[in-house]
Amino acid sequence: MQAKDIAALLNEPACTHNTKSKSGCARPKPGATAGGCSFDGAQIALLPIADVAHIVHGPIACAGSSWEGRGTRSSGPTLFRIGMTTDLTEQDVIMGRGEKRLYHAIKQAVESYAPKAVFVYNTCVPALIGDDIGQVCKTAAEKFGVPCIPVDCAGFYGTKNLGNRIAGEAMFKHVVGTAEPLPVSPEAQRPGITVHDVNLIGEYNIAGEFWNVAPLFDELGLRILCTLSGDGRYREVQTMHRAEANMVVCAKALLNVARKLQTDYKTPYFEGSFYGVTDTSMAFRDFAKLLNDPSLSERTEAMIVREEASINVALEPWREKLRGKRVLLYTGGVKSWSIVSALQDLGLEVVATGTNKSTEEDKARIREIMGDKTRMITDGSPKALLGAVKEYQADILIAGGRNMYTALKARIPFLDINQEREFGYEGYSGMLELARQLALTLQSPVWEAVRKPSPWAKTSGLGVELGA
Amino acid sequence: MAEILKRNKALAVNPLKASQPVGASLAFLGINRAIPMLHGSQGCTAFGKVFFVRHFREPIPLQTTAMDQVSTVMNADENVILGLKSICEKSNPALIGLPTTSLSETQGTDIKRLVKEFYAAHPEFAHIPVVPVNTPDFSGCLESGYALAVKAILEVMIPSVTSQVGKRKKQVNVLAASMLTPGDVEHIKELIEAFGLRPLVLPDLGDSLDGHLTPMDSSPVTIGGTPVLEISSMGESIATLVLGNSLFEAADYLKQQTGVPDFRFDSLMGLDAVDSFVATLAEISGKPVPEKIERQRAQLQDAMMDAHFMLGFARVAIAADADLLYSFARLVTEMGCEVVAAVAPARANILNDVAAAQVAIGDLEDLEIVAKRHGAQLIISNSHAKETARRLGVPMLRAGFPQYDFVGGYQRLWVGYKGTRQALFDLANMMLEQHGQHEAEPHVSIYSQRTGEQRAPSAADRH
Repeated sequence: MQAKDIAALLNEPACTHNTKSKSGCARPKPGATAGGCSFDGAQIALLPIADVAHIVHGPIACAGSSWEGRGTRSSGPTLFRIGMTTDLTEQDVIMGRGEKRLYHAIKQAVESYAPKAVFVYNTCVPALIGDDIGQVCKTAAEKFGVPCIPVDCAGFYGTKNLGNRIAGEAMFKHVVGTAEPLPVSPEAQRPGITVHDVNLIGEYNIAGEFWNVAPLFDELGLRILCTLSGDGRYREVQTMHRAEANMVVCAKALLNVARKLQTDYKTPYFEGSFYGVTDTSMAFRDFAKLLNDPSLSERTEAMIVREEASINVALEPWREKLRGKRVLLYTGGVKSWSIVSALQDLGLEVVATGTNKSTEEDKARIREIMGDKTRMITDGSPKALLGAVKEYQADILIAGGRNMYTALKARIPFLDINQEREFGYEGYSGMLELARQLALTLQSPVWEAVRKPSPWAKTSGLGVELGA
Repeated sequence: MAEILKRNKALAVNPLKASQPVGASLAFLGINRAIPMLHGSQGCTAFGKVFFVRHFREPIPLQTTAMDQVSTVMNADENVILGLKSICEKSNPALIGLPTTSLSETQGTDIKRLVKEFYAAHPEFAHIPVVPVNTPDFSGCLESGYALAVKAILEVMIPSVTSQVGKRKKQVNVLAASMLTPGDVEHIKELIEAFGLRPLVLPDLGDSLDGHLTPMDSSPVTIGGTPVLEISSMGESIATLVLGNSLFEAADYLKQQTGVPDFRFDSLMGLDAVDSFVATLAEISGKPVPEKIERQRAQLQDAMMDAHFMLGFARVAIAADADLLYSFARLVTEMGCEVVAAVAPARANILNDVAAAQVAIGDLEDLEIVAKRHGAQLIISNSHAKETARRLGVPMLRAGFPQYDFVGGYQRLWVGYKGTRQALFDLANMMLEQHGQHEAEPHVSIYSQRTGEQRAPSAADRH
């Protein structure tokens, strides 16, 4: 990928803070950097597309340490769970045989697994030695009659966030608009309901959580043309251009797709979230508003009244257990505001939140939800996080999986909020699971046990920092 | 002697292999107050970190030189110097491991020269050993990367030839390969101590990643492992125990530098393997085998008889790094099993000796195809093989890296009489759970007069 292409991707006009003068992104600091690379981000964004063969082109480290690492679910094909890589050898690199191996790898994938399409993820080494994966994909697609999509996402191009955008760009450039949706089948038509086509962008169906919400779309007559990318299919991505409205779910990661659908196909979009009662209701209202269908608005309001009433009854006993508990939220930033709203719905108090990777808009939204006294944390090192937990007297740390053991080693209750988690929290019913998981750790009898010094110890030395 | 089948396809499907830099990092994680820094893009480290966090369920110190577009194209030497400086200043580690990745290797980094340049530029950090090691992921696998790092540690810590063998009369060096879990290392130390000897284990994952709480809330470096200062005293030991074929080259170096006699073991699983280990300890120490260990041996023999009914003729499929593959194949064939499918991710000397007709260099797709062809009845591999086992409809014993869908796999004891016994029980139980497969189908006669029969109903259905 050319430097100018990367620069173009880094410039996202749909971000409101983009009007500020540009200082340029700080380069990662050697010896003091955390977080994934562009390949990581691109793979997260696209891997949930279930009927595609996802081939990682590179030596083993990229696929070997990462395959089967995601909690996304499919209602049908499981091809996406099969790990595939060209596993380049030293000879391939020295002799320049990477392209040839990739070509044969695509052939093998097509012959063994009959995928609807093949996605090829470029990684550092082939990018450095100049493998032309675009050309290999083109040749292979012609030869084998299966779409082959290059995703040029070498790790050294930049961050995970950039990788998300590269993935979105690849979909928009090569896939979106290449097929038309089928008409709504007569059996699915209901009197008095006009079916509207919509897309969800940046929804990953972690632990199947979107299925908490999906039946409500059916009820309202909203046909989801495509979810990019949870439980997605290649053909659905092809038809995304025909939606009447798009929702960008939770994060900015794939905002570029929504923006381009707006400029090229005039599809309006809004940003929303399915975490929390308030935000879930808001998402459906926003759809109704964009679609401008009075009947839909009416049915949406009725549905919201019904769902909120029923979930509030179910949540009441949990709220009693959770009310007033203090939360420190560190998500790396992107999803902060959507989770904050869910936690507030449960009666918890978010005392501080991480904004390391949040955009200016995210931060503004957090201030809007949490008020001006909100503490924002930018340093995500274990030491800083634990310091913040103490300073703000948090009862629980909610963060991504890689911080789990930071919390546990300091004997602090923890909830995993990232891609790898095993529980789904979206939608009205997801709130019950979220409440249950929060109470499960907050009320656990183990905390007292692990903080207790042995009966024969004279003094307890808890809380001493090593090597600081 | 097993026939080795070369990789014969362009695409690796359901990879078995974990990379060399990941393996090298693991070795450094067995050194006390150490931290590895991978010379590569930040993703190399992020993936490696998640890999180990999910396996050990522990925080893992791992840093990156964070090569970006500019440093990848122009020059990343400065990244290494800056990264080392930053870690020294912030964390004051006892040792820094510096494995390369295929990115920095393809760029052509001279990692050893960079360490020299670092010391020249920052003499204030001369007391902190930095161990560079070339571990591109386009060669080898986790096991070989680990072995290269162990050798590199010895090269840095024992740079010159010494002749002080036996100055520490009870000290025994142990070079512990990547096939050994923290639980294994712990048990091995107990066995050695039972003979009145003092084990000095390199690397000591049994002390660093055994999963224990400490009074400290957090640490930027490892919280246990081989003390760095002790490594230089390995030349004063009376003997070296080399546990795992992959470490034989590192052992050659140690022996050549120090003259300490060594005793080498390919496996510590199964009666014969453990017997030769225990006999060696008796020989080195000049002491009789303690009664406690005799009892463990007798318990294993008893278990072997109990388990042989289930394990005799059992068809086993194994996919693992070479040392572990060899050990398990040897264990199960000593019980009367047949290894019908054996797959390793990369070549290694020990593969020729694996107790199977053929060993394929390949992935879990290869394992699945061969296991199916030969009707394998159980699978021994890491968590990735779960889906393979499900598709084949056979049970699976988790061993090796990674084990992310299982609590406690990281500390499981496999070796010694004790570990072997439990492994046999588990394998036998897996065969028992499939019972009924060899039984005849019930026959209901065409002349039967038993109408309206049903199996015992469940009381729960009535309440």
